[in-house]
Amino acid sequence: MTTTTLAVLVPLLPFLGAAAGLLLGRSAPGFVRPLAVLPTLAALVLAVLVMARQGGGRAVDAVTELTPTGSVPVELALHIDGFAALVAVLVGTVATCVQIYSTGYLRDDPRYASYAALVSLFTSAMFLVVYSGDLMVLLVGWEVMGICSYFLVGHYWETPEARAASLKAFLVTKLGDVPFLIGLLALATEAGSFRITEILGAVAGGSVGHPTVIALLLLAGVAGKSAQFPLHTWLPDAMAGPTPVSALIHAATMVAAGVYFVARLLPLFEASRAAMVVLAVMAAVTMVGSALAALAQDDIKRVLAYSTIGQLGYMTGALATGDRGAAVFHLLSHGAFKALLFLAAGVIIHAAGTNSLAAMSRMRGLRDRVPDAFWTMTVALLALAAIPPFSGFFSKESVLGAAEHVATGHTGHAPAAAGWTVLVAALITALLTAAYATRLWLLAFRGTGAEAPDHGRQPVAMNAVLWVLAVPSLALGGLTFRLLPDWFDDNDLTPALTTSVLGTGVALVGGIVTYAAWRHTTALADRTPLGAVAAHPEGDAALVEAEVIASHRPAYGNLASAPDPSDPGRLLLGPVHRHAAAGFHLDAVYSALFVRPVLAGASLVRFLDREVVDTYVRAAGALPRLLGAAVRRAQTGNVQTYVSALLAGTVVLAVAAVLVATGA
Amino acid sequence: MHLAYPAVLSALLFCTGLYGVLARRNAILVLMSVELMLNAVNLNLVAFDVWLSKAAEETLHSGQALTLFTIAVAAAEIGIGLAIVLAVHRNRGTSDIDRLRDTAEGREPDGPDTDTLATGAAGEKAEATA
Repeated sequence: MTTTTLAVLVPLLPFLGAAAGLLLGRSAPGFVRPLAVLPTLAALVLAVLVMARQGGGRAVDAVTELTPTGSVPVELALHIDGFAALVAVLVGTVATCVQIYSTGYLRDDPRYASYAALVSLFTSAMFLVVYSGDLMVLLVGWEVMGICSYFLVGHYWETPEARAASLKAFLVTKLGDVPFLIGLLALATEAGSFRITEILGAVAGGSVGHPTVIALLLLAGVAGKSAQFPLHTWLPDAMAGPTPVSALIHAATMVAAGVYFVARLLPLFEASRAAMVVLAVMAAVTMVGSALAALAQDDIKRVLAYSTIGQLGYMTGALATGDRGAAVFHLLSHGAFKALLFLAAGVIIHAAGTNSLAAMSRMRGLRDRVPDAFWTMTVALLALAAIPPFSGFFSKESVLGAAEHVATGHTGHAPAAAGWTVLVAALITALLTAAYATRLWLLAFRGTGAEAPDHGRQPVAMNAVLWVLAVPSLALGGLTFRLLPDWFDDNDLTPALTTSVLGTGVALVGGIVTYAAWRHTTALADRTPLGAVAAHPEGDAALVEAEVIASHRPAYGNLASAPDPSDPGRLLLGPVHRHAAAGFHLDAVYSALFVRPVLAGASLVRFLDREVVDTYVRAAGALPRLLGAAVRRAQTGNVQTYVSALLAGTVVLAVAAVLVATGA
Repeated sequence: MHLAYPAVLSALLFCTGLYGVLARRNAILVLMSVELMLNAVNLNLVAFDVWLSKAAEETLHSGQALTLFTIAVAAAEIGIGLAIVLAVHRNRGTSDIDRLRDTAEGREPDGPDTDTLATGAAGEKAEATA
């Protein structure tokens, strides 16, 4: 088979798996698990084959036009360069891991069949986005991911949190997608094609007008999908979905689509210095803000969600400095360790029966209950905090290196201001990242107090996947940073000494300060008992999680934070903690800016409809009714009355006829 | 004989029948009054037929023929009418047409109140929109 055939099969297999899963889900439940895992696994194998064939050399391009579509042709096109080949392998790996993990996590879930099919459909859409060489086809995958995300976030639709979160995720990403679509159409009009290769050719030839407008419109869609400030608010709430969904969609793949899209069209963004500066500022605000917010969250998954937003900020930061190699390198390593973090968090939530860090910090011996999750999560947190030699260190250093490169003015393609912005923000974020990673680890695994509840052994499928993902989290960066430039733009990804020392230094400082704060505050934990635990030793993890999500607000008064004085984050953040826990009140701002005006408009429309329009409608009905009632009075039921009326009428008519005939 | 005599007689007969139909409360008497009216018409038909056929060269006496038809139809009609009255009387125990008001709107003596109808309609509307 040619590379093209293989590449076509990669998105096709999970799609067919999804269709078969949806059709057979009820009639043949025995096939649901193989139909979920095997197509994804086969797609992974094919993606690896495509990667091996492509080998980082010339991009594989294949085009077929199904039908003429008017002025600008929409074609089924593949464009597989080094970025696409590697990202597809990441998507395949994470999706396979998530599917295997889900067989254990949603073991007894009644909606597992549709869940697995939607995950497969989602995987297929992501493959489509990665491989597509045509922006319209890419948009199809982009939107399919949006709707899959909506369904999967709302998997526990019995809980109001999940319902609200799925709607919010859908609406907020759509808010970005509308300008994105306009930008795509404008870009295609300027370049005369939807093909990525031709657009990049047109950009290189300087024939694309208004690059700033187009780039900013596209950035809105990217900000929505990749959860960048100011459209990031959906991602923390999306944690109301099942943990594997968070791992697949909200850590490793869907949110990476925006970054990947910018990486593909980076020359277009580079053509506009304003867009690059906006990108840099967006990345800097996202990074620092999300890291502060992560330090204040109580829900373990919300910590990870804000951390995802921050790490995506690193990637957009790298893009703002014009180094897409570093961005995609961080995307790959982050995809591996963040998927691992989420999946391990799922195991921990199941074992602890709570998603609250405050409750976990009052449990002794949680790590002995889940040794696999403990060790793999430690690895992943070290990678997240960018401690050498874990993979996050190398990718984050490549971002820092790229920013430093631009800031010191070695390159002309990105403004130095963008470099400085990204560099300073990235260093602050490195400090905060290490702080919240340490806080998460200490609170989850070094709890004191009552013995952790025994919820039985975790399924093998869940634990095995953790170790599979631990390997790239540990070694991906170190093993590949010399090889990857061949696949990317030949930008050096080797850590530079200055940034390495700086980055690792601030990370260590962050970790040590948090440890000190934790030592200081942990004594308070015994004095304020906290903690609500959902115990279902015989239930599957999804059941536990759904209950845990539903009970967080009643138990702690808030979805995001808990009134826990022993939280080191509270001590470190001081007065900022209250605002950080609420995500800096961005939701309140949105609700004041958008939600309330829309609700007010809706009530106005309801008033106009009910009171004004309906009055006319009611009058149109009531008037004939009144006339009818008047006429009905004549209907007495007495035949003689009718005959009298008939006679009177006849007499009147006869008199009239006589008068007319005589001409009076 | 002058045409005026039968015409006046038939008008008197017709008015008597009409009065009976409008004023009598017994259904059988009403039916009898209807017969009076019919016979007034028959009388008219015959009288005018004779009057018209005097002037004509040749005539079919269609007025008299039609009278025979009317008599036959009236016989059938009275048969059916009496049968109905009998059935109604057996069923209701009365043949007083003032008390046979099943076709009245709402079966209320004065007919339904328009105000209550309108508010009832508004209530129905509110239920449908709620």
